[in-house]
Amino acid sequence: MLQIKDIHATIGGSEILRGLSLDVAAGEVHAIMGPNGSGKSTLAQVVAGHSDYEVTAGSVTYRDIDLLDLEPEERAREGIFLGFQYPVEIPGVNNAVLLRSALNAKRKHQGLDEIDAFEFLKLAKEKMAMLGMDPKFLNRGVNEGFSGGEKKRNEILQMAMLEPSLAILDETDSGLDIDALRAVAEGVNALRSPDRAIVLVTHYQRLLDYVEPDHVHVLSEGRIVRSGDKTLALELEDKGYDWVREAANG
Amino acid sequence: MATEQENLEQLVNRRYEHGFVTDIATESLPPGLDEGVIRAISARKNEPEFMLEWRLRAYRQWLDMKEPEWAHVHYPPIDFQDISYFAAPKSDEDRPKSLDEVDPKLLETYDKLGIPLHERARLAGVAVDAVFDSVSVATTFKEKLSEAGVIFCSFSEAVREHPELVRKYLGSVVPQRDNFYAALNSAVFSDGSFVYVPKGVRCPMELSTYFRINAANTGQFERTLIVADEGSYVSYLEGCTAPMRDENQLHAAVVELVALGDAEIKYSTVQNWYPGDEEGKGGIYNFVTKRGDCRGANSKISWTQVETGSAITWKYPSCILRGDNSVGEFYSVAVTNNYQQADTGTKMIHIGKNTSSTIVSKGISAGRAQQAYRGLVRVMPQAQGARNHTQCDSLLIGKECGAHTFPYMEIKNPGAKVEHEATTSKISANQLFYCRQRGISEEDAVNLIVNGFCKEVFKELPMEFAVEAQALLSVSLEGAVG
Repeated sequence: MLQIKDIHATIGGSEILRGLSLDVAAGEVHAIMGPNGSGKSTLAQVVAGHSDYEVTAGSVTYRDIDLLDLEPEERAREGIFLGFQYPVEIPGVNNAVLLRSALNAKRKHQGLDEIDAFEFLKLAKEKMAMLGMDPKFLNRGVNEGFSGGEKKRNEILQMAMLEPSLAILDETDSGLDIDALRAVAEGVNALRSPDRAIVLVTHYQRLLDYVEPDHVHVLSEGRIVRSGDKTLALELEDKGYDWVREAANG
Repeated sequence: MATEQENLEQLVNRRYEHGFVTDIATESLPPGLDEGVIRAISARKNEPEFMLEWRLRAYRQWLDMKEPEWAHVHYPPIDFQDISYFAAPKSDEDRPKSLDEVDPKLLETYDKLGIPLHERARLAGVAVDAVFDSVSVATTFKEKLSEAGVIFCSFSEAVREHPELVRKYLGSVVPQRDNFYAALNSAVFSDGSFVYVPKGVRCPMELSTYFRINAANTGQFERTLIVADEGSYVSYLEGCTAPMRDENQLHAAVVELVALGDAEIKYSTVQNWYPGDEEGKGGIYNFVTKRGDCRGANSKISWTQVETGSAITWKYPSCILRGDNSVGEFYSVAVTNNYQQADTGTKMIHIGKNTSSTIVSKGISAGRAQQAYRGLVRVMPQAQGARNHTQCDSLLIGKECGAHTFPYMEIKNPGAKVEHEATTSKISANQLFYCRQRGISEEDAVNLIVNGFCKEVFKELPMEFAVEAQALLSVSLEGAVG
């Protein structure tokens, strides 16, 4: 589904990704781990198309489309979803309005009619119940005054509504208490399906206790230095990242 | 900014390049202003003697006055002797013959705003037969109003048909020498609207200049007077969301509202005059004096405005809260893009007991536009229990625009409760990226954010106006990001 080949990317002139390659097939869950500054978030932003990052070499192919040719909104409509590490507040803009605009933008792209208000509300309430969210959230400003946990749940709600083919969750687990973590994990697990891929960018192992990955990759200095199955994550938890760095250099 | 200066200079001199006076000289007065010109204007309009006297008094006072310079706007000096103060409507030969001759960009805008075809022709100044669909509508409209006893006519007609009302109320809210532009308007005003709602009458429909026959060519010095007698109610809509072309560059209108005991006036404006091109060329200068007088107890005046047009806007719709328990409201959205400048706000003067006022001002700046909010809240010593709440928010789009807030408070009654909140925010790149990552285009994202920002004001507008205002905002901010 997603093929990243030998990609190099810079921000403000300094190179963050230095020859990263990754293959993600439909139905798989990948975990990207690594120390701070290793390029995990950059990878997520590059796939989503943030204009601050410049791709200087390599290619990103998604379902046979050259992703680097597309605007961020086009990528989103093609089914790519990024769960942000720091979801931004948009004061005054109703959560429901944003959700519906997003959903309709995608439906329009797929040649479908806009979703009507009742159907939308029904769908949203269903998903919110699953995530243990108060329906009042819909009428609040987007992330406006939300706690850290509420923001992350809101990201998962958007993902559940938009039903992406490829979901990249950037440190969605950070700063969550155990209940919120469980709710987020349930949201992710509910989305697992043979025609969908999920990439979890995370610093810690604990989310992986709830969402079991098929593949684990360790990032260091802009490259994947080790790949393995879920046991790799446990090994990391034991030995720390220094071990990886030494292994990579040695 | 040498080019900006040159552009503005060019624009000031522009009118005369086209020499619109020459061919129809018999119908227009040559540029210049003196007592003779005022007598000529009054004579052409067949005005009664009192009206001429009133104009002349205003003119003599104007001669002693100086153009205000305190506003946060910049433009080259205006030569008031270089303006023609009476111009007959353009003859059909001078107008575009069909929409094919009209600037395609303007037509594109009409299309985006969803303006009906026959309206487009009228707005673009195309010479068309005067048989609009709207004429029959207007007739039914007039019948309904006269049944209710509501007078709604052009100002000239009111001067002739209802001189006693005009005499009683004209200048009673905005005195002739109130300010430089109000004095000029009082001397030379061309035409405008007059409304009188009798005691206890609730005006059966929203009054709109759109339905007033002969609304076209009210000229650059418009005069409006609305009187709501005791216990009456009227809602008045001014303007149109469509961009209006006008060959007059300087506009100095005066609007006076009088609400007697228990009466309520709701005045909504959507102003979308030509702002000039992307470099600020050719736009309208809009220097307006709008004031409402809550003269009776329990009266209420509410101003709602959406300002997107004009090169320069200088405008402070105000309320004098004279009657006890009277209420003044000001809800405003002002949008400035490219080189537009706006200095706008309101004044709330609390005189009566338990008077209250609400100010909600939303300013949006994009491009190189400059915008200032200027608000005065004055509580007089006798205004026991006066309350004011002011909320003043600015939204910036891009790096080269500016927003400025000048709140003035003069509180002479220690028991008054006055609150002021102000915020300035930017549409951040991160907000836009967030929306785009959800599949929403950049333009739609800007609209979403701007509409969210203006929500409180839009909900005060009459329903269909609110929908139009949203469309208008998105057109005004087109290309603001990117």
